[in-house]
Amino acid sequence: MRTSTAPPTTTHWGHPHVLDLDTFTLQDIQQVLETADAMKEVLGRPIRRVPTLRGKTVAILFYEHSTRTRASFELAAKNLSADVVSMATSTSSTVKGESLVDTVRTLEAMGVDVIVMRHPQSGAPYLAARHTGCNIINGGDGWHAHPTQALLDLYTVRERLGRLEGLRTVIVGDILHSRVARSNIYGMATVGMEVTVCGPPTLLPPTFAEAFPGVRRETEIEAALEGADVVMALRLQRERQESGLLPSIEEYIARYQITPQRLSLARPGALVLHPGPVNQGVELSSEVSYGATSLIENQVANGVAVRMALLYLMLGGEG
Amino acid sequence: MDRLLISGGHIVDPASGYDGPGELLIEDGRIAWVGQGAPPQGPDSVLHAAGLMVAPGFVDLHCHLREPGYEEKETIATAARAAARGGFTTLCAMPNTNPPADSAAVINFVKEKARAEGVVRVLPVGCISRGRQGKELAEMAEMAAAGAVAFSDDGSPVADPRLMRHALEYSLSFGLPLMEHAEDEALAGGGVMHEGEVSLRLGLRGIPAAAEEAAVARDIALARLTGARLHLCHLSTAGAVEMVRRAREEGLPVSAEVTPHHLTLTHEAVAAPIPYDTNARVNPPLRTPWDVQALIEGLRDGVIDAIATDHAPHTLVDRLMEFDATPPGISGLETALGALMGLVHEGKIDLVTLISRLTSGPAGVIGQPLGSLAAGRPADVVLFDPDREWVVEAAAFASKGRNTPLAGATLRGKVMATLAQGVLAYRDESVGLSASGPVEAQRLGG
Repeated sequence: MRTSTAPPTTTHWGHPHVLDLDTFTLQDIQQVLETADAMKEVLGRPIRRVPTLRGKTVAILFYEHSTRTRASFELAAKNLSADVVSMATSTSSTVKGESLVDTVRTLEAMGVDVIVMRHPQSGAPYLAARHTGCNIINGGDGWHAHPTQALLDLYTVRERLGRLEGLRTVIVGDILHSRVARSNIYGMATVGMEVTVCGPPTLLPPTFAEAFPGVRRETEIEAALEGADVVMALRLQRERQESGLLPSIEEYIARYQITPQRLSLARPGALVLHPGPVNQGVELSSEVSYGATSLIENQVANGVAVRMALLYLMLGGEG
Repeated sequence: MDRLLISGGHIVDPASGYDGPGELLIEDGRIAWVGQGAPPQGPDSVLHAAGLMVAPGFVDLHCHLREPGYEEKETIATAARAAARGGFTTLCAMPNTNPPADSAAVINFVKEKARAEGVVRVLPVGCISRGRQGKELAEMAEMAAAGAVAFSDDGSPVADPRLMRHALEYSLSFGLPLMEHAEDEALAGGGVMHEGEVSLRLGLRGIPAAAEEAAVARDIALARLTGARLHLCHLSTAGAVEMVRRAREEGLPVSAEVTPHHLTLTHEAVAAPIPYDTNARVNPPLRTPWDVQALIEGLRDGVIDAIATDHAPHTLVDRLMEFDATPPGISGLETALGALMGLVHEGKIDLVTLISRLTSGPAGVIGQPLGSLAAGRPADVVLFDPDREWVVEAAAFASKGRNTPLAGATLRGKVMATLAQGVLAYRDESVGLSASGPVEAQRLGG
């Protein structure tokens, strides 16, 4: 663990935007994780604030409801002494008036340096990045990507186990609609983890394996869990039942809930992750959710450090 | 007398089988003579076509001219100029305007507007259902009498199979084809691109190939039931090509078209080079390389009669939107030949077959005496250089719609001049025109 007051600035950072992890190299990910170590040290101080980004402005532009990701980014920016403008809006209001491109151009004209955006439509941050000079951080776009979540997941596993390479992860649940799963697949593959995805075929189509070569696809939870070091359960939206993808939440629970019995098929001490918020008693049984190897609260705490690291790497290196 | 000689070119007229050097004499807007050596009468002017192919003007079965109602996207006048630059001399105007072309009054409006402002022929297509609502039949016979050449609810399928059945039956009394946008909307499920590995990677809602195949299967069954003329718009899947092949072997009155973009692009165009490229958003969606190959084979074998652009212009603002929010469509008139000639250069189709699918093939679908250079036919002629390379500059399009995934691409094959009913509607400055007598000022325009 680093103890210096200034975070490391040894390597060049090559990403003006953080849109997804498919463009991140192993070195990029290591740089984020090491910088996050330094940020975690800052968070452990009595006064958790450094002046690194004084005079910089971060806009937090959320087109979709969120509490934890939004709060996490706000705290990350404030801990680095950046000015923060936070805007929650809905896409329905933009249909009537200002488009996304108009909004990000307006923010740029106002002197915003970084826009953290969450949007219900996949690809929206790519549109923003193409039409503004601001640095864009994708805070989650549709079903597509949630790169900061994947980085904090990697950080959390590495913090607990001290390594990432060679670990076996199982991601369980609604893979089809999960931006968390997609970003983790790229991130985990890059650091040398083995990834198995598991869910009912309506939420994990057979073509998924062609879309993500190297990922193992399983529809039986028991087969998937065998020998796993890390088990990540995804949030299940209740609307999947209404849209005919699942017969009932009860049947999902019966077939895919992570219970102590199922978890015993994994390696002893296998870690349990969940991007939150957890539907208690659906994706995870409460024994697992609050169990000794559950890292769900660590994920939340580490989210602030990882987001500080990204903001620092994107803005702090400019002097 | 008013005679123009197109001289020194290589004539390709699939309808007559002419494929070789030749001279083409045009008199009073009609083809007067095709052959080698000196024409029977001396011309007033000469268009120099050395090194160029001379073919019948292209017939596009499927265009969105946007007028009336969406003039910010396109007008009949701008679409017609774009057509001339693309070598098209006949456009079938799809009826999803505002108001939709579901009455003789709107059919007449389109015809009159085209006559007054269009440099090429515009043939209106009427709606199948009133207001394109899919509930009641539109007054198809009235529209046929006013000059509609076919009927379609394009943009949407006729979802109710019973209404589609009745539309087909009703059409038997005037014999015009129903052009069906074959898509099962429930299966399409609000998708925005082909359902497959690319949609899974991008996290976009997919439209499975089965959405088209299910609708094509239904429509073929209804064509068999009714015996009426069914034309299937913009096929995009290998499965649909196979079903049309079998329907034709069975002798059913079914025809089909395919677009240049479905013949040349795949779903990867949505992801790269520009991720979530809104200019690659089109319905039906760009599919897999396997589908592209099947479409090319279908085109080659004649299972697919026609290439139609599905020209669908949109504004720049329409394209500066999220991929889900942007309206589907490609502005295709001005890039069609260049894109399609790529298939010829790659040896996937021969030139004569390609030209037939742009001329006599589509003319046959609508039963019009077009798409041929036979003496007496309207002098609709295109001159093109099969090897000329050019860069697609969307900003320089005559169309108001600059929405093309080909912006910046280099294409090999370019339209050099277009005559529509004997009038020069477009001429690249490098094509020489010399007067050997008095020439109308109009001739020199374009």
